[in-house]
Amino acid sequence: MSSLLEIKNLKTMLHTSNKSVRAVDGLTIKIQKGETFALLGESGCGKSMTALSIMRLLPDAGEIVAGSIKLSGEELLLLPEMDMRNLRGKHISMIFQEPMLSLNPVMTIAEQIGEVLHRHFHIRGKSSNERILEILNQVGIPDAVQRMHEYPFQFSGGMKQRVMIAMALAGEPELLIADEPTTALDVTIQAQVLDLMRNLQQRSGMAILLITHDLGVVAEMAHRVAVMYAGEIIESATREAFFKTPLHPYSKKLFASLPGKYSREQGLAVISGNVPSLSQTFTGCRFADRCDDAWDLCHQKIPLWNTPPDNHYVRCHLFNTNQSSNQPNATAKEPTPIPIVSQKIASTSNELLRVTNLKVYFPIRKGLIKRIAGNVMAVDGVSLTIPQGKTIALVGESGCGKTTVGKSILQLIKPTAGSVLFNGQELVGLERKQLREKRADFQIIFQDPYSSLNPRMLIVDIIKEGMAALNNHSDEAEIDTLLKHVGLPPETKRRYPHEFSGGQRQRIAIARALAVNPKLIICDEPTSALDVSVQAQILNLLKSLQNSLGIAYLFITHNLSVVEHIADNVAVMYLGRIVEQGCVDDVLHDPKHPYTQALLSAVPTINEKDKRKVIPLKGDLPSPSAPPSGCHFHPRCPQAMSICRETYPEITAINSTQTVQCHLYSQKQDS
Amino acid sequence: MPFEPVILWTDALIYILVVLVTALSWHVRRSEHMLAPWRRVGHSASGMSAFTLLLFFVVIGLLDSVHFRPALEGKNSSGEQIYSAEVLSIFDVIATPLRTRVEKTYSAPLSAHLYAKETIELPDGGRAREFSRLEFGGSHLEDPKKQLFNDITQRTAAGVGYAILLWVLLVAWLNTNLARHHKLSFIQSLRNLWLGEMAFPWRAILITLAIMLSLFFITVMLASHYHVFGTDKVGQDVLYHSLKSIRTALVIGALTTLIMLPFALLLGIMAGYFRGWIDDVIQYTYTTLNSIPSVLLIAAAVLMMQVYIETHPELFETTAERADLRLLFLCIILGLTSWTGLCRLLRAETLKLREMEYIQAAHAFGVSHWRIISRHILPNVMHIVLIATVMDFSGLVLAEAVLSYVGVGVDPSMISFGTMINGARLEIAREPVVWWTLIAAFGFMFTLVLSANLFADAVQNAFDPRTKTLSEKSSILKRKKRHFPTSRESEPKPPFPSANAKKTPPS
Repeated sequence: MSSLLEIKNLKTMLHTSNKSVRAVDGLTIKIQKGETFALLGESGCGKSMTALSIMRLLPDAGEIVAGSIKLSGEELLLLPEMDMRNLRGKHISMIFQEPMLSLNPVMTIAEQIGEVLHRHFHIRGKSSNERILEILNQVGIPDAVQRMHEYPFQFSGGMKQRVMIAMALAGEPELLIADEPTTALDVTIQAQVLDLMRNLQQRSGMAILLITHDLGVVAEMAHRVAVMYAGEIIESATREAFFKTPLHPYSKKLFASLPGKYSREQGLAVISGNVPSLSQTFTGCRFADRCDDAWDLCHQKIPLWNTPPDNHYVRCHLFNTNQSSNQPNATAKEPTPIPIVSQKIASTSNELLRVTNLKVYFPIRKGLIKRIAGNVMAVDGVSLTIPQGKTIALVGESGCGKTTVGKSILQLIKPTAGSVLFNGQELVGLERKQLREKRADFQIIFQDPYSSLNPRMLIVDIIKEGMAALNNHSDEAEIDTLLKHVGLPPETKRRYPHEFSGGQRQRIAIARALAVNPKLIICDEPTSALDVSVQAQILNLLKSLQNSLGIAYLFITHNLSVVEHIADNVAVMYLGRIVEQGCVDDVLHDPKHPYTQALLSAVPTINEKDKRKVIPLKGDLPSPSAPPSGCHFHPRCPQAMSICRETYPEITAINSTQTVQCHLYSQKQDS
Repeated sequence: MPFEPVILWTDALIYILVVLVTALSWHVRRSEHMLAPWRRVGHSASGMSAFTLLLFFVVIGLLDSVHFRPALEGKNSSGEQIYSAEVLSIFDVIATPLRTRVEKTYSAPLSAHLYAKETIELPDGGRAREFSRLEFGGSHLEDPKKQLFNDITQRTAAGVGYAILLWVLLVAWLNTNLARHHKLSFIQSLRNLWLGEMAFPWRAILITLAIMLSLFFITVMLASHYHVFGTDKVGQDVLYHSLKSIRTALVIGALTTLIMLPFALLLGIMAGYFRGWIDDVIQYTYTTLNSIPSVLLIAAAVLMMQVYIETHPELFETTAERADLRLLFLCIILGLTSWTGLCRLLRAETLKLREMEYIQAAHAFGVSHWRIISRHILPNVMHIVLIATVMDFSGLVLAEAVLSYVGVGVDPSMISFGTMINGARLEIAREPVVWWTLIAAFGFMFTLVLSANLFADAVQNAFDPRTKTLSEKSSILKRKKRHFPTSRESEPKPPFPSANAKKTPPS
């Protein structure tokens, strides 16, 4: 069987203003017809540059300096640009991470797909429309006859990604390059899109080059996997072999740094240090500086590919059979997870925060005098309690109002109704001045470490700001200890935020919150912008801080494996309301609400034994300005009954900790 | 004392501006991330050439902003020194020959004769109508018809000679310093300089400087014996007028910005930050202000001011003070009508910034509104302010010319490009045409505005994050051409998954 895409020794340079970066450095892969080849790696390792090199769509600063890229035996790097244009979209298509940015907002969906058809097949008018309809039906756009003449803003995120896939499919490509196709989507939508890609591949037999950082997605989708690190591939194997026994120390570490229920009682394994700068020339293994198993040879000699019998290739001296005699200790050390001192603070069930019936409505104003025409019910009657020193996770899809809950607890957004009792004191309705005295007790950490630090302030000023505003005495020594606490050297305090990596910035944000000695920290997706290995560092840090300082967290996230790792209690939110709430083991392992069940089943898993049957959810999250009547979930619920359309279910207690709001269970109790 | 210092209103404001700019540049020098965009400005060849040119204008403008009244001979009855009613500036003193050598009426540039025929009495008692000799221009020549051309050529050549001499000295001095700084030999450093292989565009600056020095020395050489740009109706030197106009233009351009900034900054940031009714009030204010024709508003205000000045003559000791107050008032009224554009931009930027997470974090700490505005928002909108002010400068210089032409600009006794052009209006209609006033005003104003615009361009490129990539791109492309092709050495080829890798259907 001949391979469809053959890349040999590809080298791509990026010429930035002061140095040249080897973004891709000697990459060699082969992709067969009809297979899904996953390129796995953390941000900045050169995955996307590889994709752009194949398409020859590199940014101006980029340049392919060596290598060959052959598609069905034809050398792409020698083609003139005119021929390349015929190739793009017809033989190779690409879908991008951000569906909101990849579609032209002023063209209808049909026009955008029609463009591809006209360019590559010279069809127009009626026959073109028929073909567009056919493709849209293929990717599962409901009601395609009407919707094809709508504009991108009228589609939801998941639907836009389907449209993108439809555009990519319009040229009937042999190879589809999917660059992080589901990273921007919710898990339930991600499950839909991945399912769609699998189905399409089976039907049309195209090959997919899947670029992702998510091990779960790789486990669900790929036939073969290649792990990329610092511009080169370090391990390549079939999916089964890779997930059974990852060989390269880096791959092993990646697995070990995944949070989950198994990692609850201990810290996550972290990869020390940072990805090496790609502007240097490497004399040894690129991972050597961060590798626990590295010995002298690793620093001196670039490892070559091993020659295994089972097509499981790895680029590491540990597996180089002819040199194994030099190896000092053949027993590879098991990744030793950092033990976290489990000196649990006596679990006094002291309530720290009690939220009752919190409502946040954003009025929709219309007309000349700005009459209130309706409300966006972002949060619609949420009740929560957070005990001292515990972690409550708030999970839900984007747009369900979980961030609004966090901000309205802090009174950054004024709640419309309800009460927030902090240590028995009411926060709702307090004046700015009165609130200020209490602000030291509750703080917030944001999702995006790039926008949460003022780029024009020194680190020391950023940390000092909160202390100064809350009249805490602040001195430099205190800031030094704080920085040490979050794992940053104190010398860094005289630098600006742009000199730090994402993980380090998040540490600074944590230090800023800690500076005022809070009792509660609201963590608004603190790890979702970070790589897996960095995420592990931050989660470890948060956990050890909780153990030593007894801080309570309200952990807002959409990542259920993080919840399993860190939370004590979970509340699942859907469209402004909590639908299920309880202890983490109960909710995640015996979910009652159909929504929780669907959410859990949609999470891609790595271990075969954990695999649940995916419960497909129809459609998207409804608009919170006009929620469905009765139970908000009934239009998407596979177990909806007639009563669900009429009344919103009451709270039903399943056991002492778990409560659920669903008619399925209230009925059982009645009968 | 041989003189009495006079500080006019605009002088005082210019001094404040100079102090502010000095303080700001000192502040910028200290912090690395504020210095970085200025370095990018420094690396733009066109920007730095324009800056060299602007510096020349600014020096003349500043020299023209130090005023005093010279002492007159003799004392008054009570034995006090009396001072002249005429207010002079340092520039006036330097340019005394230009100022004092006044002819009878029009004369063409570099001419030895008047531009109009005059009846003169001949030595033999008869009368003749002919172009009489100028009192000062070319008066050293015996026979202008034969000698004029040679004399001018010689003086020009001498001017160029002096310029080249000075320029070579300058280059040598600069290169010595550069060589020491970069630890290169003198010749190596000179070679780098010549090939333009320096981060800082010294070559462009030196070329600009060479042209400027030549023009300067030619002018100096000629101006001592001729009227380089001719004379106007009352015989005053047009070159002197053109040079004097520079200060007026700079004052209008710079002071108006100074007056406009507080409004734009305060109102724009307040509207964006507080939203709600404050935003509504500010938006309605600037929308209303914007819809009044600004020329009408300025005309009304200036005429009112004129009436006030004329009814209170006792307030002004000299005519210069009167003219100056009117200039200041023009700056104020221009400032009051031109803050809306920047205000709108700042409001939009603040609307974006206030949703940033670091601002939310500051709210969570209970940081006061004023501190959030001054520590978080203001530093993050400064690049917009800078770009807008530099770009506005040239527009305001042109606006002054238009307003003076219409007659609502500066005081008629004040020399400005506008009044020069206004005067030239009639001269153009005259037969034979007097063209030099207009050309001189046009040339100077064009150079000033063009260099301001080029500099503004460089500033915008350096500070605007969106255009940054474009300039980087061009520099990258340049470098690419120079340094490549790179070696395509062959590396040991890794063995790789062969074609028969097992394929399994996805689960």
